[in-house]
Amino acid sequence: MRFMLLFSRQGKLRLQKWYTATAERDKKKMVRELMQIVLARKPKMCSFLEWRDLKIVYKRYASLYFCCAIEEQDNELITLEVIHRFVELLDKYFGSVCELDIIFNFEKAYFILDEFLMGGEIQDTSKKSVLKAIEQADLLQEEAPTAKSFIFFADTTIV
Amino acid sequence: MSPSVPLQEMIRAIRSARTQCEERGVIQRECAAIRAQFRQADNGGRSHNLAKLLYVHMLGYPAHFGQMECVRMIASPRYSEKRVGYLGAMMLLDEKQDASLLITNSIKNDLSHSNQYVQSLALCTLACMGSAEMCRDLAPEIDRLLRASNSYIKKKAALCAVHIVRKVHDLGELFAPAARSLLAEKNHGVLHGAVVLIIELCERNPETLERFRKTVPDLVQIMKGLVLSGYSPEHDVAGISDPFLQVRILRLLRILGHNNEGASDAMNDLLAQVATNTDSTKTVGNAVLYETVLTVLDIKSESGLRVLAVNILGRFLLNNDRNIRYIAMTSLQKIVGTDHNAVQRHRGTIVDCLKDQDASVKRRALELSLALVSASNVRSMMKELLLFLSSCPAELKAHAASGIFNAAERYAPSQRWHIDTILHVLTTAGGDVRDETVPNLIQLITNASELHCYTVHKLYRALLTDISQQSLVQVACWCIGEYGDLLLRGECQETEAVQVTEDDVLDALETVLQSHMSSPGPLTACLSLHHFTTASRIRSIVSIYGSCIDVELQQRAVEYNALFKKYDHMSLFPPPVCGFPQVCDLLDLLGGSEETLQPSPAVGAPAPGLLINTASTAGGDLLDLLGVLEPAPLAPAPTVPVYEKDGVTLTLSCEKQSDTGLTVTLTASNSTDSDISSFTLQAAVPKLYLSLAGPFLAASHYIKSFLLQVNLKMRVRISYTSQGSAFQDTVQIDSFPGLDAAGQ
Repeated sequence: MRFMLLFSRQGKLRLQKWYTATAERDKKKMVRELMQIVLARKPKMCSFLEWRDLKIVYKRYASLYFCCAIEEQDNELITLEVIHRFVELLDKYFGSVCELDIIFNFEKAYFILDEFLMGGEIQDTSKKSVLKAIEQADLLQEEAPTAKSFIFFADTTIV
Repeated sequence: MSPSVPLQEMIRAIRSARTQCEERGVIQRECAAIRAQFRQADNGGRSHNLAKLLYVHMLGYPAHFGQMECVRMIASPRYSEKRVGYLGAMMLLDEKQDASLLITNSIKNDLSHSNQYVQSLALCTLACMGSAEMCRDLAPEIDRLLRASNSYIKKKAALCAVHIVRKVHDLGELFAPAARSLLAEKNHGVLHGAVVLIIELCERNPETLERFRKTVPDLVQIMKGLVLSGYSPEHDVAGISDPFLQVRILRLLRILGHNNEGASDAMNDLLAQVATNTDSTKTVGNAVLYETVLTVLDIKSESGLRVLAVNILGRFLLNNDRNIRYIAMTSLQKIVGTDHNAVQRHRGTIVDCLKDQDASVKRRALELSLALVSASNVRSMMKELLLFLSSCPAELKAHAASGIFNAAERYAPSQRWHIDTILHVLTTAGGDVRDETVPNLIQLITNASELHCYTVHKLYRALLTDISQQSLVQVACWCIGEYGDLLLRGECQETEAVQVTEDDVLDALETVLQSHMSSPGPLTACLSLHHFTTASRIRSIVSIYGSCIDVELQQRAVEYNALFKKYDHMSLFPPPVCGFPQVCDLLDLLGGSEETLQPSPAVGAPAPGLLINTASTAGGDLLDLLGVLEPAPLAPAPTVPVYEKDGVTLTLSCEKQSDTGLTVTLTASNSTDSDISSFTLQAAVPKLYLSLAGPFLAASHYIKSFLLQVNLKMRVRISYTSQGSAFQDTVQIDSFPGLDAAGQ
């Protein structure tokens, strides 16, 4: 997978994950172009389209479009399944997820995505396993010491 | 996990801004606050601040001042800060930023952290934005993690290794042994990562691919386990056991079996099993079947398996799900060349897809349909394609039109059918056809001499109905000019007789003139008709345009008027045959580039005849006209050798078709013992012997009646390969058998 985008029907970007090094300017251009193309598609149309040298796989869940760009030789149908799995993970985590959850907790959406995919590939094919890992990481975050700890930072701060 | 209140408050504030300007104001204030916070010492809210900045960045606002903060956060001992810090690094830092190098050390430390979730952060970040330098630095660490860690880390290390190999190809060698051993793991996540890594290694390095071929039996075993095992709740998706892993393994098998008999044999049974046992009612099952089909078609599978695969695609074509139909057609397109007959069996379904609502599906169906046209099905296919053309979306029209033309040219069952088809296309999509269609069509019409009457009647009627299609109008005007006598004669074998008077025809031409202001085609047609009709009305039409605003029309009209005045007896001229060569750019002998005729595919076959028109270009010496009116008797065609060297012989024979047409046939033969390949023959004639090309063909029509007395010369260049060496030679032909010295 080259990249994944989440955007609303009004063309607001909610999440973007790029799996190849791309200049900021190019990213913005591609996002704009692709959003325009996908938002113009009618409801009953095919979930796949060709764009530049990539294949685009997109699916709409409620008010959000999930859009992935894959290579020529990749399997479009399994990509649809990958998207679906990601939605299931979000759903399990947030409890019946909606767009607002993703807006107000965008960093958590990223954490979940980063536990699910790495370099554009699935890390673990077990839904349970992924959810457990996120849960554990969240707990770890809670455990963080709340006391101020200047002394720990003295030699690790990079200025 | 408790939500970050400061973050959510800010998000709320931004969202409640009613205008873009207001939003910018809120963002500016927030960024100022964040910047101030960054400068302060740790106040426990650092992760919230960075998170806010990342949100602002996602909205499209600049956030580079947060880069150093990311670096600091990554170095923090607190997991919450590390987490946001790494996220920030992935969003704000890319390999081009200098700051990215600063985190290399932190990543290195975190890769050996005691807590696996910290290790995970480091691995994820490296895999996301690691530069080549960072990758080289940290590769040994990753290799270590691939070998000695728990499954959680191993699976991540494998995917991180994939990124490293993509960035620094040579490092593939480093990971190959570890990847091999990972295949023995039971954990699906690790297996999946291992397979992805092996795919990457094999794609990059053919030697590595050779070595990994030995793993085919192991992979087959793993797949069998997945396909035949009972229900496994953890990995089950709609009844398929771990479809993601299955698809990956199939992909690896494809790479390993490609062009290799042994490997392909080893996986044959398994593929047949997967193809038959996988449940295809849900998308996920079809995803696995799709990957199986792709694999079968790409390896050296036995024919039974191939048929099975194509049949699966055929079933896909009938699926209700539009996505499945689309990918079926994409796959069939890839194999229509090699497994043509198998694909032909599904022609009906493919043609039905032409009527689908979706433009992508339509496009695919069009491509496939064009590829499936053959001599036996051309009539029915063309009917469907023409129907499609009349209702297809605009962006596909040009492609469809040219596809139809190509197919018609290759498989036309009769000339009349061919002409009908082209006319049909011109009437439905005339605006989208390419420029060379018009000359090609005219060539075709000229050659179909028995159909001249039929054609001119049809075109005349088309002209009456609709003059909006430019190309159709051009052809129609030319045709009326050329074969006006047949039109006026009224009777026609192939279509119903209709009485057409001179006035009707001139009415039609005038209508065209009035609407297509810049096209002089109708004017020239009038000129041609001068042969068969009474002069007065034509002259009056032409003289009106002598004062037309359009410069082109004006010029033509004035020229023609001059001709009328000078050559009152033009009506005595017999209507010449207007043919002209397909090649429009032959240059003169004096060093110009030459036109290539179609190369002979087999040596010994005669080169295609070159039709040369012995006519002058516009502005030739008109006074030479008179006196050359009698058509010369057709001379017999003697053959003379014109070139003989190294066993390759060229012979030439000329045949006068008519007083203006001459067919020169060049025959090449090979009398050596060895085969000659890549034989090309190029012929050039002096510029004078060219007819005008372009839309205003009828203009040359009257000029062709005036023969020039110039010697015909030809220069021929041949090149070929024989016994491994290339040969090239040129010969000039000054005398043509059957022609006298005057070139008559």
